[in-house]
Amino acid sequence: MSAPADPARGSAAGGAPVLSTAGLQIAFSGRSGRAAARAVDGVDLEIGAGEIVALVGESGCGKSTLARALLGLVRPTAGAVSFHGRGLVYRPRDLKAFRRRVQLVLQDPTGALNPRHTVYDAVAEGRRIHTGSTADERDHVAEALSRAGLRPPERFFLRYPHELSGGQRQRVAIAGALILQPEVIVADEPVASLDASVRGEILQLLLRLRDDYGLAALVVTHDLGLAWNIADRAAVMYLGRVVETGTVEEVLAAPRHPYTRALLSVLPESSAGEQQILAGEPPDPTRIPAGCRFHVRCPVLASGAAQAAGVADRCRSEDPGMLGGSPGVAQVACHWAHAPEPEPAEWAGPG
Amino acid sequence: MKQSTPAGATGERPAPATADAGGRYLEVDDLSVSYRTAGGEIPAVRGVSFGLEPGRKLGVAGESGCGKSTVALALLRLLPRSARTSGSVLLDGEDVLAMRWGRLRAVRWSGASIVFQGAMHALNPVQRVGGQIAEPLLVHGRADPAQARGQAAELLEQVGLPAWRARSYPHELSGGQRQRAMIAMALACRPQLIVADEPTTALDVMIQAQILRLIDELVAGLDISMLMISHDLSVLAETCDRLAVMYAGRIVEEGPAEEVFAAARHPYGAALSAAFPRVGDPASRRAPRGLPGDPPDPAELPSGCAFHPRCPEAQERCSRVDPLLWPAGADRSAACVRVLTPEQERAAGVPPADEGGGADRGHTAEPDPDGAAPAQARPHPQEWS
Repeated sequence: MSAPADPARGSAAGGAPVLSTAGLQIAFSGRSGRAAARAVDGVDLEIGAGEIVALVGESGCGKSTLARALLGLVRPTAGAVSFHGRGLVYRPRDLKAFRRRVQLVLQDPTGALNPRHTVYDAVAEGRRIHTGSTADERDHVAEALSRAGLRPPERFFLRYPHELSGGQRQRVAIAGALILQPEVIVADEPVASLDASVRGEILQLLLRLRDDYGLAALVVTHDLGLAWNIADRAAVMYLGRVVETGTVEEVLAAPRHPYTRALLSVLPESSAGEQQILAGEPPDPTRIPAGCRFHVRCPVLASGAAQAAGVADRCRSEDPGMLGGSPGVAQVACHWAHAPEPEPAEWAGPG
Repeated sequence: MKQSTPAGATGERPAPATADAGGRYLEVDDLSVSYRTAGGEIPAVRGVSFGLEPGRKLGVAGESGCGKSTVALALLRLLPRSARTSGSVLLDGEDVLAMRWGRLRAVRWSGASIVFQGAMHALNPVQRVGGQIAEPLLVHGRADPAQARGQAAELLEQVGLPAWRARSYPHELSGGQRQRAMIAMALACRPQLIVADEPTTALDVMIQAQILRLIDELVAGLDISMLMISHDLSVLAETCDRLAVMYAGRIVEEGPAEEVFAAARHPYGAALSAAFPRVGDPASRRAPRGLPGDPPDPAELPSGCAFHPRCPEAQERCSRVDPLLWPAGADRSAACVRVLTPEQERAAGVPPADEGGGADRGHTAEPDPDGAAPAQARPHPQEWS
């Protein structure tokens, strides 16, 4: 089932993005004089119509904060979130209209569903908020459930979450998003709490929703395999910034940023050559290193390859800057990757 | 019903060619565990057998509810009171399930120790890490308090944490650091076996890689055995020597880790393996693979092979034959009728596949076994004799 996604991609590259950020920054102020945590520190990201974008990163990199900002749940400290080219207006009425068209799917469906609500109520709730209870509500609920793969839908109407399997609960949560016929869904680790055999089924559903209804998605995940499975484009985030972006093939099959390469090399059963296990953990977002934010852990700098390429000083002192979010151009925020020399042979990593 | 494991169920494990008599530190034989509930007795583990040599790593893979964690807990008799266990768990020749309480306490930590998932819940939040690592040493009378403190510091360094971390509380450590502390604790009494239940599940990929490398070095350096339990087949394939895949309380496939991951013989093993995408492999690009349906309710297991309702390769006979772990190639076994040759089918008393839809067998339309009644009693012989 290799769905050709190119029509969707084409339209995304040609037309205006549906949902985008420009220079987005979100800082959480520190208590009692401590430095603010720059959770999102300058991100341009675009999601085109019918496009699936994977936002990949480790815990604490700011990916979930970025997702929340895209839903209007957090107000940016600087920069903006735009929907169809128009900046979000943070007034309750405007946000309500916006959230009808951009829906959220959470990681843990058990926590997201009210245990005392039937499946019918859980799915109908969002629509009731926006249009009230209408005579055709039942049809809409049935349609949303069957689009989410719960067929025949009537069989599920009166079930409670505890009577369903994990995969079925996630389908109910997705149906709850679909009933409003959104243009984009933002899914934060949509399959992380599911068993492997069920995970594939839910990912197939996301692909099918895109193919059949042109539903765009931003999938926030730590799982590179998930990005390879369903996304058109990938953005790799490290410490508040997108450090590499491009098509999934570009980013995951021909990575250029040392961080992306290291992440790929440590995947179990990776074919990407020798493991590059980075020592320690990412620094805390209250203390983002100067220069390239990755330089303190960068294996290329540590190995001397950056020195050989003549960029080591810049790595330590010069911020490689923010990447543009537009599709169609692979980009990497790394001095070494942009260095004119051919890749030095000392780099024994994946590639 | 004693889960239809026939009288000779111990023979379920085909003696592997490499089996060295008595060389195993751990030998689990026909282990079954059921939980007593208001609704009756629910089987969680149904006749599991495996062994582990010193210095070797066995991975047990499976999804939620397959019984893999119950196996881990049963090895050290850590199950709740509602559990009923049968079979045997020989640890260095001694049956853990038959041990007296005092002996069991001595074996825990020093003979075999366990590393749990999510060290946040396994560590005591109001006690400093160093004290927790020293505790088993003190309880087992291996050291006086001053020595125990010194050893705790050494253990922390051995797992890659600075010695001053002994003074930290668990909440002051990151997830990866807590898991390292947990491993230090498990190593404290120099056990010969470590049972690791989902040791890296809640961790990021990079931290996971750090922990797996640490485990690898420790197991190799200290020549201990390890049983690693995980839902992540790819992690186990990378880390372990051998791999057992569990489904509905049984081991359905067993063999060298790489081979099982790359080319499983049991359809469930194959589906589980395919569910882990290989980044860079065009075959899994835009093609997430899963398995329709859900694992069976252990209280209402399907007839025959417990996997047959979800099995993409199911044949008509699968609803009647409860398959055993049969030899499936060199040093491998699988609990699926499809791995049998016609001769083996006859010997095992399994009906041939001619009536089913399974056209994918190498040898089709074999002349019927000359009416031979199954030599040994097998699950439901009356149904096909």
